Parts: sequence; C-alpha cells; structure tokens
Amino acid sequence: MNCRSEVLEVTVEARQVEEAMLALLHTILLHRSTGKFHYKKEGTYSIGTVGTMDIDCDFIDFSFVRVSSEELDRVIRRAVSEFKDALGNSGSDGMGQISLEFYQKKKSRWPFSDECIPWEVWSIKVNVVNLANEQERQICREKVGEKLGEKVINVVEVINRHEYLPKMPTQSEVDNVFDTSLKDVQPYLYKITYQITDSLGTSVSTTMRRLIKDTLAL
Amino acid sequence: MDSDLSPQDKKDLDKFIKFFALKTVQVIVQARLGEKICTRSSSSPTGSDWFNLAIKDIPEVTHEAKKALAGQLPGIGRSMCVEISLKTSEGDSMELETWCLEMNEKCDKDIKVSYTVYNRLSVLLKSLLAITRVTPAYKLSRKQGHDYVILYRIYFGEVQLNGLGEGFQTVRVGVVGTPVGTVTLSCAYRTNLAFMSNRQFERSAPIMGIIVDHFVDPPCGVQRPANVGHPCNYRAPDEDDGGLFAGVQDSQEVCTTSFSTSPPSQCVCTLSPSPSKLSKPLPLDSLQLPVAPGFVTHTLYTSRLNYHPPALAGAADLSHPAANPNQVLHAGKEGGVVLVPAHPHAADAHLTAEHPPNTPGSSGDDDGMSQSGEGRSVSPSDPVESLNAFTRKIGAFVNKPTTQMTAANLDLPFAAFAPRGLDSEENDPMVQPPDSPACPSPLQASLHSQGSESSGQQDDFVMVDFRPAFSKDDLLPMDLGTFYREFQNPPQLASLSLHISSQSMADDLDSLPEKLALYEKNIDEFDAFVDMLQ
Repeated sequence: MNCRSEVLEVTVEARQVEEAMLALLHTILLHRSTGKFHYKKEGTYSIGTVGTMDIDCDFIDFSFVRVSSEELDRVIRRAVSEFKDALGNSGSDGMGQISLEFYQKKKSRWPFSDECIPWEVWSIKVNVVNLANEQERQICREKVGEKLGEKVINVVEVINRHEYLPKMPTQSEVDNVFDTSLKDVQPYLYKITYQITDSLGTSVSTTMRRLIKDTLAL
Repeated sequence: MDSDLSPQDKKDLDKFIKFFALKTVQVIVQARLGEKICTRSSSSPTGSDWFNLAIKDIPEVTHEAKKALAGQLPGIGRSMCVEISLKTSEGDSMELETWCLEMNEKCDKDIKVSYTVYNRLSVLLKSLLAITRVTPAYKLSRKQGHDYVILYRIYFGEVQLNGLGEGFQTVRVGVVGTPVGTVTLSCAYRTNLAFMSNRQFERSAPIMGIIVDHFVDPPCGVQRPANVGHPCNYRAPDEDDGGLFAGVQDSQEVCTTSFSTSPPSQCVCTLSPSPSKLSKPLPLDSLQLPVAPGFVTHTLYTSRLNYHPPALAGAADLSHPAANPNQVLHAGKEGGVVLVPAHPHAADAHLTAEHPPNTPGSSGDDDGMSQSGEGRSVSPSDPVESLNAFTRKIGAFVNKPTTQMTAANLDLPFAAFAPRGLDSEENDPMVQPPDSPACPSPLQASLHSQGSESSGQQDDFVMVDFRPAFSKDDLLPMDLGTFYREFQNPPQLASLSLHISSQSMADDLDSLPEKLALYEKNIDEFDAFVDMLQ
C-alpha cells in the first residue's frame, strides 16, 4: 500500500518551537489513539476510554486538546525537546523538520528482522525566526496561533478522509499495529524522527536520531 | 445482495447517530463554558462512554438537545444545529457560530455499521474536540464573565446562518458515510467581530435608551423556542448581577452628572445615595464644572421660579435667616464640591456686590432647606459628614502648601475661607443672605426634601479657598478667579423675573382689543398683501 504523506509548515520564534510541535503532534496522536484493547474469548474485544484535556500555550495564543495520558505526553515532550535543542545548536538559521510516522510491523522469519512499513507520515517543517522587539513578538504570538489553528484544520481534514487504516488486529497481532506499552491509551505504532537543515538547505548534519517507540530491542 | 440494513444494524445505526448527536452537543457546549476541560482515560471500559471517549454529560445540555430533537434523528433536510452567541451585560447579543450536524443522501452501503461507522464517528468526535478550540469563539468564551456571557441554543430543522454577518467562514469538521446517508459535521463562524463594538457604542450613547434588540429576529420558517439562549456556564448568576449593578451605578452617576447645571441639587443628589459613593472622589470629580455653567445655573434657577409663584410670598420672609446660617452648595472649578456660604464676605467688596444677585439661587436653597426642614438645626448625619470630610479634602487638592491655607495668611483673598473645622459658624459674616425675591426651584425643593430624609440639615459649612484651576497667582489685579467671581452672579434677566413677566402678560391681554381693532381697520392692506404673494 502507499504511504500517505502530509507536510505541515510553520514559522515560529525559538521559544515557540516546543509548544507548536506539541500542539500539532498531540492533535495528530489524539486522532490516532484508541482506548486499551481488552480481548475476550471468542475473538471479541472491548476498548477502553480515552480522556482528553485542554492545554493552553504560554508563548502562543493557542489552545489544543491532547489525550489524557501523562506517559504519552512525557514521550512526546522528550522528543520535541531534543528536536528543539538540535535546532538551537544548529546555527542561527534554524530550519528543521520533525516527522511523526505511523507504521505497521510485519513479522519476518528469522534471521530477518521485522519490517516496519509506514502507512502515514506527518512531516512538520519548522522555520525559526528571530524577532527584534516586543511588539513584533506580540504579533507573532497571535499570528502563530492562527497558523496553528489552520494546521489543525488541515490535520482534521486529512484524517477525516478516512483513507487507509490498518485492520483491527487479533490479540496476537496487536503489537504489530498498536503501541501497547502505555497504561491508559493505545496509539498506533509510531516513531518520531527529526532532521536539521543548515543554511544551505541540505541536510548536512546527518544526526538522525531515532526515537523508536516500538519494541526496538529484539 | 441485500441492500437493506439488517434490523439490528439499523437499530444500532440509529442509536449511534442519536448518541453522536447528543455527544456533539456536549462537546460544543462544554468547549464554550470558558473553562479548560479535562477528563481521564480509563483502560477498563465503562458502559457509558460512548465512542470510547470520556465526554461528560451535562444534564441540562442533554435535556435541551433531546428537547430539540423531539425523538427525531438528524436526517436529510433535518439538521441539528447548535448556535453559539454572545450576550453583553448591556443586553446586546450577537451570533458567533453555528455548528451543524447534517445528513445527506450519499450512502455507503458496504460499510460495516457496528465497527467502521462507530470508529469513524469516534474519530469525528475527536476532530470536533480539536476544532472547537480553533474557532474564534473559543478565545471569546474563555474570557467570558463580567462583560459578556456565551449562550447556546439548539434547534432542529433548517440551518440558519443569517445572524453570522457578512463574510462568515465555514470549516468542515468531517464526514462519516453510513448505509443511510453521510453524516456531515461543520461549523460556520462569524469573522466580523468588529460589528459588535460598533453596536455597543451606539447603544451606550442614550442614557436611558430603550434597547431595541433587532439582532434576535426569529428566522422565518423556524419556530424559535421561548428560551432563546442558554448560558454556557454554570456559575452562580452573581457575575450578571455584578454587571447589572455596575450598569445601574453608572446610570446613577450619569444622572448625577446630568445635574451639573445646578450645583446645589447636584450636591444633594450625592447625599442621597449610599455614603460609599461619597467616599470616592471619582463621582464628585464628575461634578466638575467649567466656568460657563455658572451662568447657566442661575438661569435655570430663575426660570424655575416661574413655576412656583405661591412660594414667592413665603420666600421673602425666609430669605433672611440671620440666625440660621445655611449653606449653599456651589460647585467649584477645582473638580469638586466647594461649599460656599450663602452670604457676602465683609472683607471682600467684590463678593458683597455680587452676592445679592446670587440670592435667587442661594436664597432658594435656604428656602428649600427651610421649607423642608423648617429652619431646624439638625445634626449632620453621616453622609453629610462624609461629604464635608470630603470637602475638606478638596481644600487639600488646592495647589498650595498647607501653611498657606491657614487663616493667618490674610494677604490672600478669601483667606478667611480657609478650611476650618465643622464647628458652627454663627458669627461668620458670610452667613447673612442678602434680600431679594426668590423662591426655590421645584427641582431643588424635591431634591432637598430627598436630602433631608436621609441626611437632615446642616447648619455648619466649611469654607474652601476658591482657587480656579490653571490660574496664576493672585498678584494680578484681574485674574481668572476674580473674573469668575465677578461675573458668576449676574443680575436677573428682566424677562425672566416673575412680576415683570406677569405684568407684561397682563398688559398684553389688555392691549388685545385695541390691536384687533387696528387690524380690522387695515384689513384691506392685509388682503392686498396676501394677493400679492399668490
């Protein structure tokens, strides 16, 4: 199957990077998470309940909804924080891209390792700007808030096309489709990666950190 | 292939759509409560969490939604709409957005009801959660409180988007295909929020304006329920009361300032409301008068004299309350109440000459007070004391060091007017009112009686140095202050004095027959003139 790829682009100030990324990543994950599956006999299962919470941004005039799961939030924050640091260290230009990839695992026979087949990739391109004075920052606050709103609408639009989604797995297959490591929610298997581009526009820095959320350790 | 749904599927689908509609309303209304929503995830499923989402059910909202649906389901041509509007504390209201849950004919026969449709409806609800935080009404609803509240209204039937103003935007939340049609959820939101501020400006201009609420026109064809909008908050209505109360206070203050042309009545007005108002310098600051109204003041008094001829007779007798120093409350130019004794100051020739003409007002006051209080000396009650206390503060506002305010410095004019204690000033030369025909204005009389109800009479007065704002030192022979004092008490206009006008009236009546005879004599001339015009 083809992997669906969506690109979102945002221009933010350095201090807004974290919240902007959190807002978009959490919005996507909200739609790509379900409650915990509880398999019963005869191949049926019940699904747990997903709670939500409102988060207000401090540096952006924006609020978003995320899944009520502290574990998931911690993981996302860690990834975003690394991305932010990498962006900060790269240089004054500050261009980078963080990707959220949903994939399925396909078991292969030994000695081949499992295949990871992505079915949806969200790439968020970030452009960091430096602003001179407080007035510009205030305008930026509001503008970035509006832009993020537009991005949320884009995300919702894509998701509501109801294109390919992995089939609901049987109990034995559930770990190939879902991330079952969390206590309270169950997102689809995902990984977050990022790339920093320097001022030349090429990804010179080949620091491709992989934050693999599936069972990397075999 | 059986294209019809199995009965079980049909039943399930109807149930899904019904609960989806109810949950949609909950999400929308809760997103406009003005608070952050937080629900917990639970790994073990509970039976009540529809679509595997923890969305609380506010009973009133469910009740309203069920009432609007009235047992029906959203169908083709029958949409369920949630209208979000804003209502200010002044009563203005404006529609902000309309969320529509619609069904169209496009069917997806092959879709599995119990599984795919359910999950897709769940995703659609999550999308709704996300989008409700993105539209402009969210920010407005987070800031609701004293100035405005957010209301919701649920209706079923045709979608009405007329109230959203020009240029409204639409955002589609999502669609879910089902075997009986495609469920569509969208939002139309107003972009022209500036309109509201213009309307508010128009409405606040009239003081006692009647609010014509033509924004809430019932749309044709749809029967609006009696209860137009429900507030999107569950706080006690204290905020509204506070807002309303503030409005009432404002109108009181406006009423107070509307009396600015008649200073004594103005002061009495401030006596009758609660003393708390008096402790604030602000309302009385609004009593600040420019120079000109000083003239208007007296004109007002004298014009009112015409309405109370009977009082005239009695007024003359009461115009010399020698032993009863009454105070005339006279607004000063320093932005506060200046209590001026109603008698000329012996030390100042100017003032002596001026005060006799002043007596219409001042004596009027005396008379008013006398009439209401029979010249009794009543100990000052609290509001008046606080007023005087405030008045003493006025002296402090004067642009002079305190030392100069003492009576010892006689180089300054009106040094004797330096603030003193609240002792009775029996031998103050300013107490004697000059004689002149005067009677109280009905306005004053009514207000004084009002004042006496709550505050009683005041024998004492406090003199405050009369220093006009922005004037230089009193070294020049004619400065602003002197000018003002000189011309603040103009002589009565002849045409307005009662006996002269009544005289002229009588004269007019007498001369009428003569005039008529004259006109009859010249009737030919008049006719010729009229013909010429034609």
